[in-house]
Amino acid sequence: MNFFVLGVNHKTAPVEVRERFAIPEVRLPEALGKLTSMDGIEEGMIVSTCNRVEIFAHSQNGDCDLRKFVREYFGFRAGEYEPYIFEHEQLEAVAHIFRVASSLDSMVVGESQILGQVKDAYATARAVGAVTSQLDQLLTRAFAVAKKVRNETTIAVSPVSIASVAAELAEKIFGSLAGKSVYLVGAGNTCELAARHLIAHGAKKIFVCNRTPERAVALANKFEGEAISFERLYDTVPRADIVISSTGAPHTIFRKEHGEKFLHLRKNRPMFFIDLAVPRDIDPGLNDLDGVFVYNIDDLQQVAQSHLGERRKEAARAELLVKEEVRKFEQRAQNAEVVPTIVSLQQHLETLRQSELERMRSRLGDLTPEQEMAVEALTRGIINKIMHTPITTLKSVAHDPESNVVIDVVRKLFNLCRKVC
Amino acid sequence: MYNCACPVCLLIGIGFLFMPLLWLRVATVLYGLGLLHAFLMLRRKGERAGRVAAPAVGLGMVFHFVSLVETALLSGYLELLTIRHAESALALLVALIFMGVYLRYKTPSPAAFIFPLIFILTFASAMDQHAMAFTSPRIRSGWIVFHVCSLLAGYAMLFLTFVSSVLYLILSRQLKHKQTVSWAARLPALQEIDELGYKSLLLGLPFMTAGLMAGVLVAQEHYGSTYFADPKVLLSLLMWGIYLVLLYTRWSAGWRGRKAACLASFGFFVAVCAWGANYLSRLHRFVGP
Repeated sequence: MNFFVLGVNHKTAPVEVRERFAIPEVRLPEALGKLTSMDGIEEGMIVSTCNRVEIFAHSQNGDCDLRKFVREYFGFRAGEYEPYIFEHEQLEAVAHIFRVASSLDSMVVGESQILGQVKDAYATARAVGAVTSQLDQLLTRAFAVAKKVRNETTIAVSPVSIASVAAELAEKIFGSLAGKSVYLVGAGNTCELAARHLIAHGAKKIFVCNRTPERAVALANKFEGEAISFERLYDTVPRADIVISSTGAPHTIFRKEHGEKFLHLRKNRPMFFIDLAVPRDIDPGLNDLDGVFVYNIDDLQQVAQSHLGERRKEAARAELLVKEEVRKFEQRAQNAEVVPTIVSLQQHLETLRQSELERMRSRLGDLTPEQEMAVEALTRGIINKIMHTPITTLKSVAHDPESNVVIDVVRKLFNLCRKVC
Repeated sequence: MYNCACPVCLLIGIGFLFMPLLWLRVATVLYGLGLLHAFLMLRRKGERAGRVAAPAVGLGMVFHFVSLVETALLSGYLELLTIRHAESALALLVALIFMGVYLRYKTPSPAAFIFPLIFILTFASAMDQHAMAFTSPRIRSGWIVFHVCSLLAGYAMLFLTFVSSVLYLILSRQLKHKQTVSWAARLPALQEIDELGYKSLLLGLPFMTAGLMAGVLVAQEHYGSTYFADPKVLLSLLMWGIYLVLLYTRWSAGWRGRKAACLASFGFFVAVCAWGANYLSRLHRFVGP
């Protein structure tokens, strides 16, 4: 198990450095070709996203210089960017890819994008033949671990962006958002983003009202909604279930008395007001009305923060899970090395026995069947006795971290080749 | 079997006589698990217990049903006519409704309100079998059975209305105060709770109306007009009136939340009194005149 990883990510390097390392998707196959053509590197994979550029490699003999690849590929001077580069080997590299795939290494812990990005990188590397056996096993395992973390912890359950928190709250009030209508007052960016989230959750009708009618029309067209003239600002509110306000008005637009009127017209059906403006557009007193829920930007931020806190707590559990998976992976890898060693030891000694018997046959002359059997039993007995201790030792160390040392010693003593011959 | 005098049949017969009570007690224990889980859930420790509680309650309902059917078979007429069996039947109805809601909305949260009721009703019914019963054969008519059955269905549905209005209030308070308590996080959405309460009101009120009408008819026939001054009758009519007002305000002004919850709670309180008035009522002493 000779895995290596080297690169820069959001934890080690600022964006100015990360962008120097970035490899566009179209150039990945070529980069992978260069990587795997280097001495000692059999397999390679490159994950290049806005938050990380990481180069994974597997080397049979453990002689793998990823720094050299970085220097040659990007044309950096020796030692350039050295403080920003991180490097892991062996089990640490295994743990790293498990953590990255499980989104434990992400800027927003638990976000789901990274798994897709790693899967893409893996698919590209496989397509060009840069990932074949060892890295393939590692990545397959990493995807399984990511799935396990997602299923067994609540790390990715609660949303952490303001727009998605707003959509989640709307669902908590209205259940399914299918067929619900949204009223955008003001045409800011956050407003638009929140509307997009609500539409993604099923909201149907969109109204847009803005002091500049052109902007209202433009935004309404984007969502196939209806533009409302500023004079009819209040008339439209009762038709909307969710009101998102982000105007630049210096005073509040929606006050308690408006709320009472809206509720009356809506026969007390609940309303959700989202106030994204600073200074605020919606009088907080509106929240006191039965069936009206007002959330301002701070409230949303607070919910997002508390979700983030929950995620961090869950991340600690997820880390334990990953640790356990790394241990299992190591064990499996060691077992995978012990078994072939035993097989090749048996084959090796059996070949020796056969060739020695062949050599002695002329000197032994004609043997009776009983004698033939006795010689067979004698030679077999000897090699079994010789093999006994090495095999039991190999089996007993299979789960130890030092199993590699024993395997190497056995291979050297009996002059066995690395793979099953 | 009961006509045979041989000792084996006699033994089986006696066994059968006690079986319904045994099944009911088993059901009580299983509901107890459900109750325990509901309380654990309040402290967010019940996630694992939930895997045991749901099948336990399901099994409890099967035992409960078997117990009721056996009682009915044994006595030859519907045993709903004793108060203990009426309680037992009501508990099973409420449990059935809870299971329906649980399967439809995937939420165990109402359990905290529903299970205490189910448990108390079943427990009382399982512990005391020597309760009052209608002894007069004159009034063991089909109308009385109809009266009791539809009122039980009405009670069960309207209890759900009460529970959902309380849940609505809790969830809307939390949304207003921008805080979430873990057990409420698994509640269905506000509007879904609202619809649940409304639907159970729509379904429960006709049952209650029909049950009361049947009662009035039977009483009119047997006791004349004097029945009206009975505390249970008055309380029942008050309860009916409250639910009618609840439905009316819902239709005309869309009352939800605080006002509706207060009204539904008052209705529930009166319903409990009406149920408890069995012990005060002359008519409902379950003893013929």
